[in-house]
Amino acid sequence: MKYAVSWLAGAVLGVLLFLAGLYYNPIANRLTVSPLAVSGQPLIDLAYSTVPTDAIAFTNNGESRISPYPEKIAELWEPTIRKTTVLITLFTDSRGQAKGVGVKFASESERTSLLKGHALVDSAWHVYLPESGSLFVDQTENMWSYARNIVLPARFSSADSWRGTWHGITTSGPNALGTARVAGSSGRFADLTTEAIEAVNARAYSALQGPVSVTGNLTIAAAEPVGN
Amino acid sequence: MLKTFIFGIVSGVVIAAGLLYFVPAVDQYREASLISVQANGGNTESFHVNLPHDRIVVGAADKDAIPASLQWPRLSILGDAQVELFKIRNRNDVVIGVASRISGTGAASGTLLEWTLHLPARGTLYANLQRQPDDAGRRSGKLRAGTREFAAMTGSINERFVRPDAAQEGEVDFEGRIELVTALVGSPERRE
Repeated sequence: MKYAVSWLAGAVLGVLLFLAGLYYNPIANRLTVSPLAVSGQPLIDLAYSTVPTDAIAFTNNGESRISPYPEKIAELWEPTIRKTTVLITLFTDSRGQAKGVGVKFASESERTSLLKGHALVDSAWHVYLPESGSLFVDQTENMWSYARNIVLPARFSSADSWRGTWHGITTSGPNALGTARVAGSSGRFADLTTEAIEAVNARAYSALQGPVSVTGNLTIAAAEPVGN
Repeated sequence: MLKTFIFGIVSGVVIAAGLLYFVPAVDQYREASLISVQANGGNTESFHVNLPHDRIVVGAADKDAIPASLQWPRLSILGDAQVELFKIRNRNDVVIGVASRISGTGAASGTLLEWTLHLPARGTLYANLQRQPDDAGRRSGKLRAGTREFAAMTGSINERFVRPDAAQEGEVDFEGRIELVTALVGSPERRE
């Protein structure tokens, strides 16, 4: 009996040690320098708030801590879409001027592997900038660093919140350099095929409500200046 | 006793690693793809939106918002832009994804009508359509980009609004349906 108890205690400790190893895995550190920074191409920088109540609309399956917005918006409760969120937001440029609207679809990815530090999300942006044109961004995002540095500390905190300054690039593919794939469709983006990255700047997060002060930045490499 | 404890630790590590390796963290629910094969080797697939039940959002400056509490930004830069969000269904009337429909007239883009169909278990389709429908009420367009299952595809997409037939007239609130039909074929260029 005492051997069984001893083995069980060891096994529990082994599981905890393994989980701690995953949590503090230094190889899974966040990417902070944009691969586009050295591209030499003109960059379009579009900023938006990830706080649902700052958005035009946000919806999910209705069971998350992050509530859909605005009131009475239909929830994505059907089995095929219940692991998906949709955000409709206004984009601003680096000076805070409104530039257009974007719709972001984000679904949990089946390629997620916590062993590798990959908490993957397959996301797609449908972007419309009336003064420039429209485009589509296809990306895989790795949210592990965001979860490890912000969401989990907020959950573990006695105040159920996290405050600080955190910057990280969430885009991890599908392109080889870890950039997103962009396909332009109209206006100055017509027939444009290029790359993009998405980054997150976080200052406050609540374990009860979700993002409190978190902005996203979509940076697109353009073939020519597009008046941003 | 100590050896048993140490063996327990190793066992715990192996069990945790094995579980994380073999048990998928995410398992998206799938509906079978209802695809018809075309004579040219491509395939067609039909999607639809039942109105008003599948309409999640309508945002525009000159239209009533859905949901009513939605506040569309009153900005001149957005002009007549209209953003709609729908649940989309397959031929068996099962919800299989969500889709955005954006239309507007921009200084650079001219008049524009686009769809993005996001099917979580399969991928995303992005299509650019003609703003004006043809005589049959159909708007046609091209697939501009696709992801995952649709990454190597090219082809067309048609949109048509179908009014309720006599049998559906009696259904409460049924306004009709938007039909989207894709005709896609694998493209060697896109595969590269």
